[in-house]
Amino acid sequence: MITLDVTDLAIMRATQAGLPLTPKPYQQIAGQLGLTAEEVMTRMTAMQEHGIIRRIGAVPNHYKLGYRYNGMTVWNVPDEIIDELGQKVGQLDFVSHCYHRPRHLPEWPYNLFAMVHGKSQEEVDNQIQQIAELLDGCVQGYDVLYSTKILKKTGFRSR
Amino acid sequence: MDEIDRRIINTLQDGFPICDTPYRQVAMQLGLTEQELIDRLQAFLDNDTLTRFGPLYHAELMGGALTLAAVKAPPERFAEITGIINAFPEVAHNYARNHALNMWFVIATETPEQIQRTITAIEQQTGLTVYNMPKINEYFVRLKLEA
Repeated sequence: MITLDVTDLAIMRATQAGLPLTPKPYQQIAGQLGLTAEEVMTRMTAMQEHGIIRRIGAVPNHYKLGYRYNGMTVWNVPDEIIDELGQKVGQLDFVSHCYHRPRHLPEWPYNLFAMVHGKSQEEVDNQIQQIAELLDGCVQGYDVLYSTKILKKTGFRSR
Repeated sequence: MDEIDRRIINTLQDGFPICDTPYRQVAMQLGLTEQELIDRLQAFLDNDTLTRFGPLYHAELMGGALTLAAVKAPPERFAEITGIINAFPEVAHNYARNHALNMWFVIATETPEQIQRTITAIEQQTGLTVYNMPKINEYFVRLKLEA
């Protein structure tokens, strides 16, 4: 694990809600923290190189862009080959998250999770079909869970 | 949303520069003025077209912990269970889903130990079994939602 010092943590706290929308955003953060802009930029570059910052950029609201059909597809595949299969599924351009998670037998046999997003039910059905074809012969069962309501969503700092 | 809006959203999902005047750099690339880009980004945040703009930090690498968990909330207790679970500040997101496991939530804490403590507390307060599904492995994705 990479250890961050107090200055890195201060930069993280100052930016986790977002980057200032001013012409010199890094300069502004530096001013708040009593640092130079150079130091903030150097440290953020290092954090990005180490994967502490996954990326800097925009996170769109799926619904506002018309992606109203967001399905959590869950698959029961053999544990021995799940990494190989997961890497293939993750490369599909409509999959936003792809994880190996534990089963809870007998009621929850699924171990591979992939979130898909489409503008119509037909589009999502087609995406599910593409995943099924990719996993051809390795699937012992699958299901698709759609969110029916957002019960809580906080301004969460990472994803 | 016009063509310029779409180009801004599509471009900024790929990343944002770390330099003295990053908005100017991106604006030039898009054929906009710096102020025009800033104003449009502010509007996207105000009208919830973007949920965030800035660095996305990797929680686990910073020592934090995350898990996905689910419960089977009996329909007649659904509102009560929602209230109990949402009251935990450790619960970041919570979604109703169409399955026997009908409530799915993300627990985010500063340390891994706090995950188990939160799950135990939710089980005690709801009387339900929490199905804990922490990630075992994460596969690389490169999603881009075309605006």
